[in-house]
Amino acid sequence: MAVTTAVEAAPEPVAVRIRAPKSRRSWKGSLRWLGVLPFAAYISIFLLIPTGELIVDAFKGANNNFTTSGITAVMHGQYLQSFTASIELAALSALFGGVLGFFLATAIVARGAPSWLRSTMVTFSGMAANFAGVPLAFAFTSTIGVGGVITVLVKHFGINLASSVPLSGTLGLALVYTYFQFPLMVLLVIPALDGLKQEWREAAENLGASSFQYWRRVAMPILLPSILGAMVLLFGGAFAAYATAETLSGSTGNLVTEYIANLLTGNIIVNTQISYALAFGMIVIITVLMIFYAALQRRANKWLR
Amino acid sequence: MAAIAVPTSNKRRRGGHGRLQLWHVFWIIVAVLYFVVPLYSLLQFSFEGSVNHHSAGFHWFLTVFDDPQFRSSFWLSVQIALETVLVSNLLLVPTAFWIHLKLPKLRPVMDFVSILPFVVPPIVLIVGLVPFLQPFTFIYSRPEVLPLIYVVFALPFLYRSLDAGLRAIDLKTLSEASANLGSSTLGTLVRVVLPNLRQSIISGSLLTVAIGMGEFTISSLLSFNTFPVYIFNIGQSQAYEAAALSVISLLLIWGIMIGLFLLGRGGRTSIALGATR
Repeated sequence: MAVTTAVEAAPEPVAVRIRAPKSRRSWKGSLRWLGVLPFAAYISIFLLIPTGELIVDAFKGANNNFTTSGITAVMHGQYLQSFTASIELAALSALFGGVLGFFLATAIVARGAPSWLRSTMVTFSGMAANFAGVPLAFAFTSTIGVGGVITVLVKHFGINLASSVPLSGTLGLALVYTYFQFPLMVLLVIPALDGLKQEWREAAENLGASSFQYWRRVAMPILLPSILGAMVLLFGGAFAAYATAETLSGSTGNLVTEYIANLLTGNIIVNTQISYALAFGMIVIITVLMIFYAALQRRANKWLR
Repeated sequence: MAAIAVPTSNKRRRGGHGRLQLWHVFWIIVAVLYFVVPLYSLLQFSFEGSVNHHSAGFHWFLTVFDDPQFRSSFWLSVQIALETVLVSNLLLVPTAFWIHLKLPKLRPVMDFVSILPFVVPPIVLIVGLVPFLQPFTFIYSRPEVLPLIYVVFALPFLYRSLDAGLRAIDLKTLSEASANLGSSTLGTLVRVVLPNLRQSIISGSLLTVAIGMGEFTISSLLSFNTFPVYIFNIGQSQAYEAAALSVISLLLIWGIMIGLFLLGRGGRTSIALGATR
């Protein structure tokens, strides 16, 4: 389409330029939009239309009528439980990753910290944050799985790690996710920590504040929107994750992402509307997270340019 | 989840001598242990066990290297990754250039579109894509459908990288100068803009390779035997081989990250793999 339009129209501009320069400009103006047509078409086919159809289908009944029965169904029973399980896991891993990542970040930008520490830890964080999915799952199986290195080690102290913290459970999965969550947190909060002005600390110290008082009264109120914003991102990433959890929990998994996958592969047979409604539910939750993140980001920028 | 670049050093604070507090050391130790112990365990596991009363050594690695499925899935993933890089660059480089040059008011729209893949993660997108693509069997049943889909997940990283690169050069002056010297818009793109965008293209493309090599959700649900799907399947019954394969996969991803680091702009580190989790 785009090509034929351009070719047919090609002889036009010369004639138009002689007669009326103004109309040429507006004609060329509309030609400009052709430049983004391939991208718009591509994104429509592979992202926008499928997503739009999914949302419409979530509200479509058996004979194409409008119904909210699918949405109502996924807000009850096992489907609701799958959302709760995913939210619990996302929250727990964001909490673990957030706390460890934040304290590590404060340690590596601390006044006494040597500069090699920062470059080393930031590089390691980049590497660890990229270690996810199936290989990460097997790394943790080798660590705290049934025959894992740590499991075998602590067995001497009478602790059965593999049965008390199963990797397919919420706590186990949260520990696995923490592996990529805390480095992500480090990378997300370092810019905010860099934004804390040395003068603020000096002013607080001159007024007799202790280190704890400075953090509680000055740094924390400024950093809180950035910290919460980063943790919202961690939450969103964990909420949407599938590969790691599927590897560790297999068919026993009860996360919403695993539910959707089981519906798609036909491991569970129910009407297809349910998978659309579950996917729609995920979009709603992530959209709310994004809005929340944007609001926190605005707050954060007030002090930390 | 997001493409972020953090400077590895902060000039304003450089020159910090003195000693770290115990509190800080504690968190650094916890983090380093968290980072190292699973890696150590994975490595040990991949050399563990015994074969014919001899310790395994590299046995599991050699076993997987001999598996024809290892080779086919590995090359499939390499192929998919390279195709993703090709398609996403062909699509995004001209688009980003055109928007910066001719349609700057579209930039906020592009910023918005480029975060959409985060709102619609792979598991959600595939729910909408299956019924939409199924009628087109000629593409739906071929592995080439994967790179076409992965372009969507590469979009945030590649576009942002290109956007940052285009912001850093004075595109208007450059293209006017190029036009005055008689170059066409296409000539400007190829001979003037591309060389200036080289670093953005390379770093965006390396992240795209990482996505293409590591994506699991969509390839497993569409039943294509990519490298991560192969590791997953092996792991269902052969734990040692799975550990060896995970080590290989890890070395590969880190090879890409080191490539990024070496080619990157003055010691920044980037992360991207929302799509592989």
